[in-house]
Amino acid sequence: MLKRPHYVALIIVTLIALVVLNLPGGAVARLRFAFNGFFLPLFGFAATSQNLAGQAGDLLVPRRELIRENQQLRRDNQQLQLVATQAVEIARENARLRQFLGWREQAPWKGRLKLGQVILREPANWWRTVQIDLGSRDGLRTNLPVLTVEGLVGRVSAVSFDRAQVVLLGDPNCRVAALVENATRDNGVLGPSGPVPGDVAVLSYLPPGAVVKPGQKVVTSGLGGIFPKGIPIGQVLDSQSVEFGLYVEARVKLAANLNGLEEIWVLMP
Amino acid sequence: MNVIPTLLILLMALVVAFAQAWWGGLRGWIGVQVDLLPALMVCAALQTRLATVALLAVFGGLGFDALSANPWGISILPLFVVGLGLYAWRGLILRRQAFAQFLLGLAACGVVPLLTLLLLLTAGYAPLVGWGTIWQLAVMALVGGSLTPPLCRFFEAGQLALSYRRHTQSSFRPDRDIRRGRR
Repeated sequence: MLKRPHYVALIIVTLIALVVLNLPGGAVARLRFAFNGFFLPLFGFAATSQNLAGQAGDLLVPRRELIRENQQLRRDNQQLQLVATQAVEIARENARLRQFLGWREQAPWKGRLKLGQVILREPANWWRTVQIDLGSRDGLRTNLPVLTVEGLVGRVSAVSFDRAQVVLLGDPNCRVAALVENATRDNGVLGPSGPVPGDVAVLSYLPPGAVVKPGQKVVTSGLGGIFPKGIPIGQVLDSQSVEFGLYVEARVKLAANLNGLEEIWVLMP
Repeated sequence: MNVIPTLLILLMALVVAFAQAWWGGLRGWIGVQVDLLPALMVCAALQTRLATVALLAVFGGLGFDALSANPWGISILPLFVVGLGLYAWRGLILRRQAFAQFLLGLAACGVVPLLTLLLLLTAGYAPLVGWGTIWQLAVMALVGGSLTPPLCRFFEAGQLALSYRRHTQSSFRPDRDIRRGRR
């Protein structure tokens, strides 16, 4: 049975919650940042324990294994250098052709990528975000694309001094203009699919006649102005006509492993 | 007034909230991140004062939301409602029994996320909700319930270690000393 002190406590806590929820955006960001200060010792502890675990792991790897890995990396490096040489030639050709046609050149990515590390993951099941160790001191601002070598990951949604929140593909707040690499290069909008599984998103609003088959690649279309054109997103799993044939919807398996993110690249402006 | 239980539970809330965000846990395997703040609320509601329950709801809720994409403060009320309910009826519960703690943890770890989701939807946000949410709530409730008794034991042990031991009165009374033998 609830007594008077219980009601008083309920009213006080409700008032606190309502006040906090109705604070203006700027104040919330500052208070949130200040509150994160409570976690600083835990950040230090986590980083130290990770370093120690890494050092212990390094000691356990045998020398023979390291030499074998080194040789493999040298071979990979030589192959990539050959590919890069070819790519430079193709880029020159591309630039010449663009000049002939009068097309504007795309800004190169070289020198614009900033490496960051994932430091925290979303504790709630109904959002898909991570926090990275780059912030406004590194020149980050909202809506910058975030990627890995496998493909697009998401975009920067909030920035503090030394940290930033990245909203991942499949989150309701991260929608991407994408196209399917089929004969007609059909455009659609990539949005959330559901709480599980975490590596699938839905590509909606494809034209009714779109021929979308499993295995076809999906890349960013460049529409919308946030994500540059041509960043890999994933592969089509299956497709179906929805809303009585109004448009086609395809499930896309994301190229980047969002559950195992450790290092990411932020594409700076 | 002993503030050690309050400080201890707030510290545990801080560590639990951080650990949930730092360690991916089950998410990589089965797509679910377990929330242990409701389990901690069960321990607090069964063993501490109402003020501590309220502080845990405010501090734990704000801490959880600070690390999440949730609107800041949305987790306070669901935590407190569950804590208050348990606190008000804790006289009727065999609170030292591990099975009772498991059942309460099971219910709390299922109800708190559900209430938070309802609040989010009512406030006009669009969280990821679908059939998979039922699976997520079930896993959260089961794992949270299983971890509630160990958390409560840990909290009790922490209180014992940090508080002064209760002075126990000896049953010996000199005025009732029976002296035997002849003098």
